[in-house]
Amino acid sequence: MISFPILTMLVLVPTAGSILVAVFSNRRPEFVKLTALLTSVLTGGLSVWVLVAFDKANADFQFVTKHIWIKPWGISWHLGVDGISLFLVVLTGVIFPIVIAGTDPHHDTKRYLSWMLLLEAGLMGSFLSLDLFLFFVFFEIVLVPMYFLIAGWGYEGRVYAATKFFLFTMVGSAFMLVGIIATAFLAKGNGPLTFDLIELAKADFAASTGRWLFFAFAVAFAVKVPIFPLHTWLPDAHTQAPTGGSVILAGVMLKLGTYGLLRFGVFLFPEAARWSRSLWLTLGVIGIIYGAIAATMQKDLKRLVAYSSVAHLGFIVLGIFAMTSQSITGGVMQNINHGVSTGALFLLVGMIYERRHTRQISELKGLQKVAPIFAGVFMVVMLSSIGVPGLNGFVGEYLVLIGSFLTARWWAVVAASGVILAALYLLWAYQRVFHGEPDEANKDFGELKLREAAVMLPLLGVIVFTGLYPKPMLDRIEPSVKKLIEHVSEKTSYTDPQPVGVAP
Amino acid sequence: MIAADPTLIGPSVNWFALSPLLVLLGAALVLLVVGALAPRWPRHLYALFAAATGLATMILCFFLWHDISAHGITTLVGGTLRFDDFSLFVTITISASIVLVAFVTDDYLRREDLEGPEVYALYLLAAIGGVVMGSANDLIVLFLGLEILSISMYVMAASHRKRIESQEAGIKYFILGGFSSAFFLYGIALVYGTAGSTNFTEIVSSFNTTVPAVRHDAFILAGVGMLLVGLGFKVAAVPFHFWAPDVYEGAPTPVTSFMASVGKVAAFAAMLRVLLFALPHWRDDYRPIIWVLAVLTVVVGSVMAVVQTNVKRMLAFSSISHAGFILIGVEAAAHRAGQPEGGDGASSALLYVLLYSVLVIGTFSVVAMVGRTGDSATDLASFRGLAKSHPLIASAMTVLLLAQAGVPLTSGFVAKFGVIQAAVEEHSYAIAIIAMVASVIAAFLYLRIMVSMWVSEPEAGDDAREAVRVPLWTGIALSLSVGFTLFVGFFPGWLIDAAKAATVTRPTRP
Repeated sequence: MISFPILTMLVLVPTAGSILVAVFSNRRPEFVKLTALLTSVLTGGLSVWVLVAFDKANADFQFVTKHIWIKPWGISWHLGVDGISLFLVVLTGVIFPIVIAGTDPHHDTKRYLSWMLLLEAGLMGSFLSLDLFLFFVFFEIVLVPMYFLIAGWGYEGRVYAATKFFLFTMVGSAFMLVGIIATAFLAKGNGPLTFDLIELAKADFAASTGRWLFFAFAVAFAVKVPIFPLHTWLPDAHTQAPTGGSVILAGVMLKLGTYGLLRFGVFLFPEAARWSRSLWLTLGVIGIIYGAIAATMQKDLKRLVAYSSVAHLGFIVLGIFAMTSQSITGGVMQNINHGVSTGALFLLVGMIYERRHTRQISELKGLQKVAPIFAGVFMVVMLSSIGVPGLNGFVGEYLVLIGSFLTARWWAVVAASGVILAALYLLWAYQRVFHGEPDEANKDFGELKLREAAVMLPLLGVIVFTGLYPKPMLDRIEPSVKKLIEHVSEKTSYTDPQPVGVAP
Repeated sequence: MIAADPTLIGPSVNWFALSPLLVLLGAALVLLVVGALAPRWPRHLYALFAAATGLATMILCFFLWHDISAHGITTLVGGTLRFDDFSLFVTITISASIVLVAFVTDDYLRREDLEGPEVYALYLLAAIGGVVMGSANDLIVLFLGLEILSISMYVMAASHRKRIESQEAGIKYFILGGFSSAFFLYGIALVYGTAGSTNFTEIVSSFNTTVPAVRHDAFILAGVGMLLVGLGFKVAAVPFHFWAPDVYEGAPTPVTSFMASVGKVAAFAAMLRVLLFALPHWRDDYRPIIWVLAVLTVVVGSVMAVVQTNVKRMLAFSSISHAGFILIGVEAAAHRAGQPEGGDGASSALLYVLLYSVLVIGTFSVVAMVGRTGDSATDLASFRGLAKSHPLIASAMTVLLLAQAGVPLTSGFVAKFGVIQAAVEEHSYAIAIIAMVASVIAAFLYLRIMVSMWVSEPEAGDDAREAVRVPLWTGIALSLSVGFTLFVGFFPGWLIDAAKAATVTRPTRP
């Protein structure tokens, strides 16, 4: 039976939309925007369909499509989705319509939207690929639209930031490409060359070889996450990118790093991941603390949110390398939660910039008085980012911390202080921006508009729903995580410790 | 009536197998003779004639390819030329380049008011040299090809009679090129002194018996080294690259694209021929040299490219760095020189030169357009605002630059992936990583050009510049190049297969 290739469509629909938008005449901008919006909504709908049709009892890859692409190199168009990638796909599908509807490029709308849709196709492809070559293709291709989005529609230092972003990521990819090819050749033995993830995961590498290969992959993902000390491109890129670019960058693109670490790093080289865990745990925890302290010091609101990303991503790294089923599940959840709340934060900061043309905290004051609804929305999103119980951010961070406590006790202890620091920098920023009496410049700060509210509403819905009732999400993530841990146990002597008996 | 003398039989010449060379030669002679005697041909006709010749050669090669698949390989003209898939692959690459370059040259010459048949005749002559280099089975014949190619290119480089830079480029190229030819010739002499022949087949069979005795013989080692120096000059490998930036910058832009495509193809074909077919016994001696050359070439080429401000110079250094990548393929091939199971090194190098040729001609065709009358507006600032005035051209250039940077879904990525894969297959991990990191440095250069086109704010005086014109045939060449770049990026399988077929050892024809 030939079933509907829904995953292929997830990649092709935005690609087609991108081409369509690019060839449209410039004379009808509203038509162009409508097409882009419809395409992204359609893609979002497809991704939700995948979510609905996803069989939560099945830990394997679902909706798998496989076609031979480059025969002499053993490369195929191999797509599939499991619990680890499912919500990233849905997040990508949902956040793009929001960005397209909610942000204005101000000039060259047509090109902006075309790049946006191409970016969506690339991100979808990255999360769905089950072939290392295919993954690399998508992983690299997303750089191009993002580069142009930052360089073309960003703020004053945009060219510098875009170039830094492009080159940093490419250096990582350089190592990964060699790693991918080496993995394929070393695993090949006498059989045919293949880049298929599932085939390659069966291979056993000598410990030293596996470690080299793992590091070749890990460098690429560490740049993308970014893990301290490879994070320096991120504050620049986030601050200089247009609002839409920042939302995608923080909301979806950084997840390529953490997702890649799980899917390709830990899955292919469990021994090396176990062996080097102290390093990653330490770097993750440094990221949490350093990101939080750096965020506290920022004068620019957008830069503050950017550094908070470094801290939040540190939690995910901690969760991945603590390697209990709880901590990894928490990490995967945190991926999504961070995408939603930081994406929402960037949208809000973008709205502030639209009104005041500044992002400097010192120039903003007393906004709560003039725009109470706006302040309320900002408050909820901020609390979710801090990780207040009852909102989504809590679930992921909590799972990561209790999961890590079993295998990485002291790291977890230090990381827990990061939660407090997050409260410090975000609440302090909120206080400076929203409290007090508005001065002359902030007196006319506009209230949340209907379009802005419509854009924020779905994000708020996710924030509250996941916070109160995370079970549907956990049910779908957990089987795949358990399967990953079983795979690690098979390859190494590691056993997953009994989880602490708390049902979240 | 005189009876035919049965004893007088002429040598049997496989005219069909020689037909690509004959077509090129005939067309070159027609252009030279008729061009000199007859009144000027109508517009476009010289270029179309040259392009048609290239096309005819290419089509002939497809028939010959079929012939080889059916009947096996053979040698021609008394064992001096080899008739195999390798030489056909090289010939196809060269003739495809001729077609594209001829299109670009036509518009260029009209704009510069230099119309005439001479450059096209030189293109075809140089192509003959390149084809001979790619098919040579004899060091002397290879040298003849090299000289035909080189001398044509010296003249071409100086062919812009109104630009002093062009003359300078011609002279520089001539002096340094002559110097390198001398090295090459001396190398031939030393190899001949040891092996007793200049024929590849005989060199190999001679060394098969004498290798234990002459293994560390200074003469043959010096000979191998000198051959490498000569070839290193031709491919512009660091440290023999000093001519390239000046010549690329000074030569008329279409000629630059010809040098970067046909010149490189021929030089690398010759290098593979000499190293793999004539000197496989010394592979452990020359492989480290190639390793060093490759690393130096990618790194120096990429780093130097970044600090340039003239786009033609940038592309010259980028072409040096691409040569480094091809050398990585050669290095991988050198691991298995002389073995029946040759690995992917040679095929990846061949594939790279083919893909790069198409890319670089497209890129230079944009440079030729932006160069405006006088061919002098080639600094980075000249590209400013191109996206506003000519969005399509800017998009095409962006695709080509991204391909040069090795971004996936373009032919440039396929090329890079091929050589890196070949290197990894031979466990040359260090060279693979160095090359990939160097390619990131080079990516910065391509980004600079893109920023200039898309992002840079217009400055005062921009409107006073001559508008960039997009002539029809240059546009066609550009779209062909971009189309091929993207098509191969998406569907590379057939070309990879072809390049692999070009390097496997086929049975000899009975």
